[in-house]
Amino acid sequence: MTLVIKTQGWLRQFLPPALVLAAALGLWEAIVRLYAIPPYILPAPSLVLATLMSDRAILFPALGVTLGTTLEALALAIIGGVALAVLFAQSKWVERALLPVAIVLQVTPIIAIAPLLLIYLDARAAVLACAFLIAFFPILSNTALGLASVDHNLVDLFALYRASRWRTLLLLRAPAALPFFLGGLRIGGGLALIGAIAAELAAGAAGKGAGLAFRIVEAGYRLNVPRMFAALFLVSLAGIAIFASLSALSAYLLGRWHESVLKR
Amino acid sequence: MLKMSGPHALVSLRGVGKTYAASVAALRDVDLDIRAGEFLTLLGPSGCGKSTMLRLIAGLDCVSAGELIRRFEDVGAAIGFVFQEPTLMPWANVFNNVFLPLRLRGKSRRSAAPAVAEALSLVGLAGSHKAYPRELSGGMRMRVSIARALVMRPRLLLMDEPFAALDEIARLQLNDDLLRLKEETGATIVFVTHSIYESAYLSTRIAVMAPGPGRIVAEITNDAPRENFRDSPAFAALCRQISEGLHQAMKE
Repeated sequence: MTLVIKTQGWLRQFLPPALVLAAALGLWEAIVRLYAIPPYILPAPSLVLATLMSDRAILFPALGVTLGTTLEALALAIIGGVALAVLFAQSKWVERALLPVAIVLQVTPIIAIAPLLLIYLDARAAVLACAFLIAFFPILSNTALGLASVDHNLVDLFALYRASRWRTLLLLRAPAALPFFLGGLRIGGGLALIGAIAAELAAGAAGKGAGLAFRIVEAGYRLNVPRMFAALFLVSLAGIAIFASLSALSAYLLGRWHESVLKR
Repeated sequence: MLKMSGPHALVSLRGVGKTYAASVAALRDVDLDIRAGEFLTLLGPSGCGKSTMLRLIAGLDCVSAGELIRRFEDVGAAIGFVFQEPTLMPWANVFNNVFLPLRLRGKSRRSAAPAVAEALSLVGLAGSHKAYPRELSGGMRMRVSIARALVMRPRLLLMDEPFAALDEIARLQLNDDLLRLKEETGATIVFVTHSIYESAYLSTRIAVMAPGPGRIVAEITNDAPRENFRDSPAFAALCRQISEGLHQAMKE
């Protein structure tokens, strides 16, 4: 009885999506078997799983490469985005001068910039640059918005107590901007993966440093459809992992005070 | 009407005017002395420059005309400010919110702890150090805000319609608590309100203000005994007097 009550909340949250997923996979498996669809057209989920295991020596290093690039790009985007946002908050002039550049970089589709970057940079650096460029903007714009969205009365209070610009930034603007920054980070994390995948597709780099996207293209040329599915599965798993860990970070940092996390 | 600024005036305003960028005169030709130990209320309709006056006294804005003399050093230590909203930092617990003024002036958490605890017990919130603003009622948040203004032991407490957003019950309670606080700390209070009853109940002096441009049109002194003041004929008479002053102001 206690067990039932304890697991109820957990079940309510995870049971419905799990059931839907299981049903969809079951249907997929059944259709493939029933109509004897060949694996080069549509592999059954069981075959995809088997391929994932058998090709692990190729796929998992590729996952490592893509995930590594993504996280590296995200780290650079955090450093660059936050630093520039702080600069914007300190000087309107800097903001007016640099914001248009950032916007141009943002609105130009990354896949169109990638071939150019590939001329100037080696494949790995170009992929990193693409992932960075696409993740950078949401972090910058959200953080800048957050740093500017401070209660005016609190700004007055800090002025009354003669707080320096630096302390106001540290004790007032930074915590006020945190929820905005974390929102930007969640978007940026997903975009960094998209940027990395898009650039890998454009680069088509083979060999030791090949990422998941290249493995998908390569398997496509060989009509190795089960491996394409297996690689795709890993890409979406990586995306889910990034989103889930950034959401967990957000919940942890905003814990007791922010409306977005508090339960009613 | 020139008044002598006695030696007890903490702040003196002489012919003070304030004009904002859009050339709207928020205040014109204001003469006022804030005397040590008094409870001065600025009373008037919206747009009469009450809040502007508090901001000028606190040094958050500069006067456009006339002069404003503060007879104390170190404005940050001498003035406490309470806003209409509690204006607490939602990410900080009660202790850290009250600790803020001391922190900004370089005090360590440990050396500030007694002052924070004292300020919190003054407002009746001893023992709720760890609560977050989100977890408190409106009245309690306002108490935290007052504790923060008191933690530096300011000589002058400026309050900008602090209880306007509270319900009647919390408001009456906080009125009484504020009078007790004033007794205990000896602070001089300048209080902005648009409630006639609140101004009559709290003040030793009421400056009635009128808009367009903001100016002081009447000053009423209250030295009635505090004993059962709210139920006394003196309270009713004072309310009537203030009310008449306000009507006069609006007619001009």
